[in-house]
This record gives sequence, C-alpha cells and structure tokens, in this order.
Amino acid sequence: MRLLPRLDPINREFWTAGARGELRILQCLDCEGFVHPPRPVCRHCLSERLATKVVSGQGVIDTYTINHQPWHPAMAVPFVVARVALNDAPEVYLTTNIVGCAVEEVEIGDRVRVIFEQREDVYLPLFEKMDRT
Amino acid sequence: MTDRQDAYITGIGQSVIGRKLERHPLLLTVDAVKEALADAGLSMNQIDGVSTYPGRMPQMLGFSPVGADELVDALGIQARWYAGGGEISSQLGAVVAAVGAVLSGQARHIICFRTVYEAAAMARPQEYPVPHPDRADGMMQWMAPFNALSAAVWVAQYAMRHVKRYGLTREQLAQIALTGRAHAALNPRALVQEPLTMEEYLSSRMIAEPLCLYDCDRHSDASTVLIVSAGAALDEVSCQPVRIAAMAGSVDRHSWDQADWMASYATGRDLWARTDYKPADVDTVQLYDGFSFLALTWLEALGFCERGEAGHFIEGGRRICLNGELPLNTFGGQIGAGRLHGFGFAHEAVVQLRGQGGKRQIGGDPRVAVATSGGGPLATALLLARD
Repeated sequence: MRLLPRLDPINREFWTAGARGELRILQCLDCEGFVHPPRPVCRHCLSERLATKVVSGQGVIDTYTINHQPWHPAMAVPFVVARVALNDAPEVYLTTNIVGCAVEEVEIGDRVRVIFEQREDVYLPLFEKMDRT
Repeated sequence: MTDRQDAYITGIGQSVIGRKLERHPLLLTVDAVKEALADAGLSMNQIDGVSTYPGRMPQMLGFSPVGADELVDALGIQARWYAGGGEISSQLGAVVAAVGAVLSGQARHIICFRTVYEAAAMARPQEYPVPHPDRADGMMQWMAPFNALSAAVWVAQYAMRHVKRYGLTREQLAQIALTGRAHAALNPRALVQEPLTMEEYLSSRMIAEPLCLYDCDRHSDASTVLIVSAGAALDEVSCQPVRIAAMAGSVDRHSWDQADWMASYATGRDLWARTDYKPADVDTVQLYDGFSFLALTWLEALGFCERGEAGHFIEGGRRICLNGELPLNTFGGQIGAGRLHGFGFAHEAVVQLRGQGGKRQIGGDPRVAVATSGGGPLATALLLARD
C-alpha cells in the first residue's frame, strides 16, 4: 500500500508522465533552471514561463536508508528509501525507492535509472541499479 | 549587569512529563505557567504576551493541543502581542519571535510555551482522532508515496551519508542516547529513569539504518514554559535572569530532500556571526535530539568540531558527560526526558546557568549555554548567558 499524491494542475505532469515512460521535471523556459517541487514560478529568475522537460531518468544515489520499521501493519519491510540526484537536472533530488535488488546491494554513488510503477492514475518514479554487482 | 537593549529568559516552568496522562493538556500548560510565574516572581496581570509553536492544530491535536489564543483567553491575559504558528524556524522560533516583540516595546513579559500530548492522543484516538487522508498533499506528496512516512526515514538518510562519507559508527552515535539516558536518570522529571547500556543500544531493533529504536525520542505528554522579558522590565522580576545573547534560525529549502545540508549548519554559522562569544566560551550545550543524529550534527554546525568529525568528538562519551568539557543534554534530552519538542533544551540551559540542576548540575560556575531546536529543514539556536 502506498499513499498516493493528490494531483493538481502544477504537479500532474510529474506524476503522470510515466504513462509514456517519461520522467518530466519542470524547467524555466527563460533561464533553463529546474524547479522542483513544481511551482508556477521559477525559483531562480521568477519567470512564469515554465514547462516540463523530459530528462534521461538516470541518476546517482546521493544517500539512502534501509527502512525496517513497518509504519502500518500491511507494510512489507525491509525496503530502501533513497535520495537520487538526477544526471541532467542539476540540484534536483527525488526521494524514491531502489527496487530490483537486495537492500544490502544499495550503495551511495550507485548509478540508477527510473522505472515507473502505476498505482491508479499515478506513475511513481522508482529506480533500479544500472550496474548489477 | 543588565542591558535594557537585551531580552532575557526570566521564569521557567514545566509540568509533569508523562505518557497517556488524563490531565487535560490546557491544565498541563497551566501547571507550567504557574511554575514559571512563581519562578520569575511575576503575577498573571504582568504578562502581556503569549507565543507558541506551532499553534493549536485541530488535525493533529496530540502534536499541538493548545494555541496561543486559547491560552490568552483561558488565563485572562491582557495581551498586547501574541503569536503561534508552525511556519517559523522550528520550535524555539517562538522564543525568537517573542524577543522581537519585547525589544520593539510591544510587550514586557511574554509566556512562550510548547505543550505536547502525543502519547495520550495515541492512547485515546476517539478523543484525539488523527486524519487518514486518501491522498498526500504538500511536502508529504514527495515522501509518502515511497513509504518514507516518518522523519526517522528522512533523518536516517543524512545519517547514512555521515556513515559512508565520514565513517560514523554506531558506537559513536550511541553516545547521544547513552548520555541522554544517563543524565535522565538524574532528572526526577525525566520520562525514562533507567540508564541505557551500549549492549542494549547495539542489540536494539533498527528503525531506519543507521537509526535504531534508541536513536528516536519518546512521545510524551507535557508542557514547558519560558517567560521572555524585556531588559527594561527586569526590575519587576525576582529571579536570576538569563540573557539571550544571540539568536539564529534559518531555512534554505524547506524540504527534507532538496537541501544539500541540513539547516542547522547555516544556523550555527549565523549564531557566531552575531556575538563576540566563541564556541570555547560555552559551558554546556542542550541540542535537539528528536533523533540522536540531529544532536550530533548540531555539534558540527555550532563549530565545536569540523563537519564530519562529531562522531570522533563524542567517542566514548567522556567529553559530553556531566563533568566533561562540554556537557550535553544534561536533563536527558528528548531521548531521556521525553519529547518536549524543542522547549526542554532552553529550559535546561536556564536551569544549568542558574546552578539549579541538583544531581545533574554541572560544575565550574557555568555562564554560557547553547540551546537548539530542529536541525533538519528548520533550525533555531539560542546563545544564553548569565551576566
């Protein structure tokens, strides 16, 4: 069970672009800075001309934890929560899960790529390791 | 010697600290207010301001059951100024706001309070229901879908970086909890009275690596009050006042995942930029330990050691024990005394600077202390001095 985000006009593209296999991050059309979390104004230059940009979906694990505590009775543990730095969106981090490997295989600096998990109308960007050990 | 241009903490008060208390949270607040008034030698009609964090939260009454406006009305306070809100640089931000009010002449004596009722609320959900939203909004939308549901998970990721980058060990991190629990055993009001051993710590269950159960504070029911007074009004109090020598609070990214470093680091730097005191002048530190790692990073943020060095700094625990060079969390911290949520640190700093710590009193005529709250995306630091 996952508590899903409530979609609105500002965050909808981020949470649904995975339907097309795309990771989209909001970007300023004037200064090209990225704006995440998405908002209707650029945090770098105050421009209101913003559009989501498809990024590669590749990144690096900045840090992580192995969660052992079941925060509700139905939660399967352990699992990895990680903060991923996106390769082509400077200063943007995504909190996510690292899937597709044992929890003890995860390390800071690991190269990862996005995969999407559909839940209702939301496509959650999860990540898997690019280099299997 | 006092200065009319400064603000002071005069009275301090605290209710019983318990779990699943029946006593109403407003009455716990009144208990703490009465103790603080008696301590300062003030009467209720001399109070003209109230400040709290985060204000009454109808959706999370256990987290914050009493608001500033309710207290004003309930106690018949003729308030010239009051404030309560969560959008401030963490819990002790309520004290920072009060200092601004007394220094600008808007009030003379302000009751600052933090009341928590989290243990009782969890035990009595029919009285204190928690919302179960069908979807996540705001900041939680970036965490909850990935089952990063607790601050333990968010803090753990910063802690893991210290483990991997700087070699922080579990034995080093344990010293925050072991020290807090040892000091709590000397504090009659502390929630937990039994010391913790390294063996118990190392064998406890993991919550989110590298944080184990004993790295987390314990929900409690309690109220803590600090009275902030104008220097110009000190002739009205009969206690030993403690001067607020410097304050800092900062937020860069109000986010648990977009900031490179936690807000404590900028806050510590700012604190020393606003005073002639140096870290070497500090006699004791009371550092927020909602999670042990936050207290550890406050030591780095405040310049007691270099970034990444706090694990070595507290290794073995001797440096931060009661007779060490920098006694830490002498009341037990939130890990030992209970989750008072920020205000307990400033309360204890005043206790120590006045020499009123009883069995937990540090030696050496302490004159300067640091108290902090928060440390993640939000952080506040107070430098307190007895003149």
